[in-house]
Amino acid sequence: MSGFDRKIQRFLEVFINAGGYNKVLEGLQNTLLIAVLGLVIGIVVGTLIATVRVLPKYKRLPRILNGICSFYVGLFRGTPIVVQLLVFYYVLLPLMGLKMTSVAVSVVVFGLNSAAYISEIMRSGIQSVDPGQMEGGRAVGLSYGTTMMRIIIPQAVKNILPTLGNEFIALIKETSVVSFVGATDLYVAFNYIGSNSYEFMVPYLVMALIYIALVLIISMLVKAMERSLRKSDRSR
Amino acid sequence: MIEVVNLTKCFGDLQVLKGIDLTIEQGEKVVIIGPSGSGKSTLLRCLNCMEDPTSGQVLYHGVDLTDFKVDINEQRQKIGMVFQHFNLFNNKTVLENIMLAPVITQKKKMKKLRRQKDADAEIKTKAQIKADAKENALALLERIGLTDKADAYPSQLSGGQKQRVAIVRSLAMNPDVMLFDEPTSALDPEMVGEVLEVMKDLAKSGMTMVVVTHEMGFAREVGDRVIFMDEGKILEEGTPDEIFNHPKNPRLQEFLSKVL
Repeated sequence: MSGFDRKIQRFLEVFINAGGYNKVLEGLQNTLLIAVLGLVIGIVVGTLIATVRVLPKYKRLPRILNGICSFYVGLFRGTPIVVQLLVFYYVLLPLMGLKMTSVAVSVVVFGLNSAAYISEIMRSGIQSVDPGQMEGGRAVGLSYGTTMMRIIIPQAVKNILPTLGNEFIALIKETSVVSFVGATDLYVAFNYIGSNSYEFMVPYLVMALIYIALVLIISMLVKAMERSLRKSDRSR
Repeated sequence: MIEVVNLTKCFGDLQVLKGIDLTIEQGEKVVIIGPSGSGKSTLLRCLNCMEDPTSGQVLYHGVDLTDFKVDINEQRQKIGMVFQHFNLFNNKTVLENIMLAPVITQKKKMKKLRRQKDADAEIKTKAQIKADAKENALALLERIGLTDKADAYPSQLSGGQKQRVAIVRSLAMNPDVMLFDEPTSALDPEMVGEVLEVMKDLAKSGMTMVVVTHEMGFAREVGDRVIFMDEGKILEEGTPDEIFNHPKNPRLQEFLSKVL
């Protein structure tokens, strides 16, 4: 057991005295930033895509938009997120002559990636809402868009909230690959501590615990949101 | 007020409406009866273009609703519609259900007025619009005796209550005409009466009404004109007395012998 004690000792030394906690805080901040902003972008873009995909298709414009959207979804679901990060950072940015920090790139890529998944979740959510709700809105003179925004999507979101929570959890865990483009996340922070103390067991253990804690907190938040959204349901 | 000219509607290969001509006058109460699948609901849904007609015209105050250039949303604000399955907004309370459309359309109107910079136009603030809509909604709820349900959600109401709320939700837009699509067909027998009562009151107030129903008693009592449809055509129309007491068309005689 004394061996493990010494390992903890080493970890704490680097964590506290050699500024390891700063690195961890930075990593935690980036992990959360990428996951939260990615989710926000994902929800906004994903909802837009989902709305396009459920449009009535007898006119030409919706059909073209629908084609573009299904290509987008296919593209982002068909390649690993690491590949997307690398292509974006090492291919697209230099080609377009843009400069972005690796964290910003991660936010964008994770946002666009989760948008592809969320659009499918949202589409099934929208399609699960009774079509009569749309008719009710249109019959009182509201436009398609207004009815969608005010009536259909709120009900769809309520239906898919558990799945969205899942998506967020997946997103948090997937952010552990952003070190591929040089962003400092939790993994990079603990790796730093590990290599400075020549001791990886404790840092990686703590890292795992932090991920678990994050996920548990998120599940609790999602549950609380579900409860408050369910107040228009029969069961209360 | 509403003029239907040679209206047809197909769902794929199935022709549901086969050339309907119909005129509805201001203040008239028209009841459409007929067997299931006769196209009466489809006809009603074509009147406000909930279903786009395949061919023909629907003229509302002279405006052709089937024309894609017409702002259908603006026209529908003056055409109320009540559905068989109520279609109340499940995520909104009763009060919000009634207020939603008036508030949104008023806000849009104010925005337009402000852009035109018309000095004479009365410009209301958002708070005023909301307050007015709420006052109006509460008055409507009082009329149907559901003031205490203002903050309830649709899922907490009975079928009859839902349908009464759905009726006043349409009324909140001050429509010129109300379309009823089998408003009592999804209700428990006990609750049919309360909904018909609200509709009778509405009829007395002079509202133009087009009602698709299986309630022959209501058709006889309230209707100015009864239309009998079968297989996508109007087979006979006339006063309730003519239709129910002196039916001429054999198909109508057969239908009446079954339902009366």
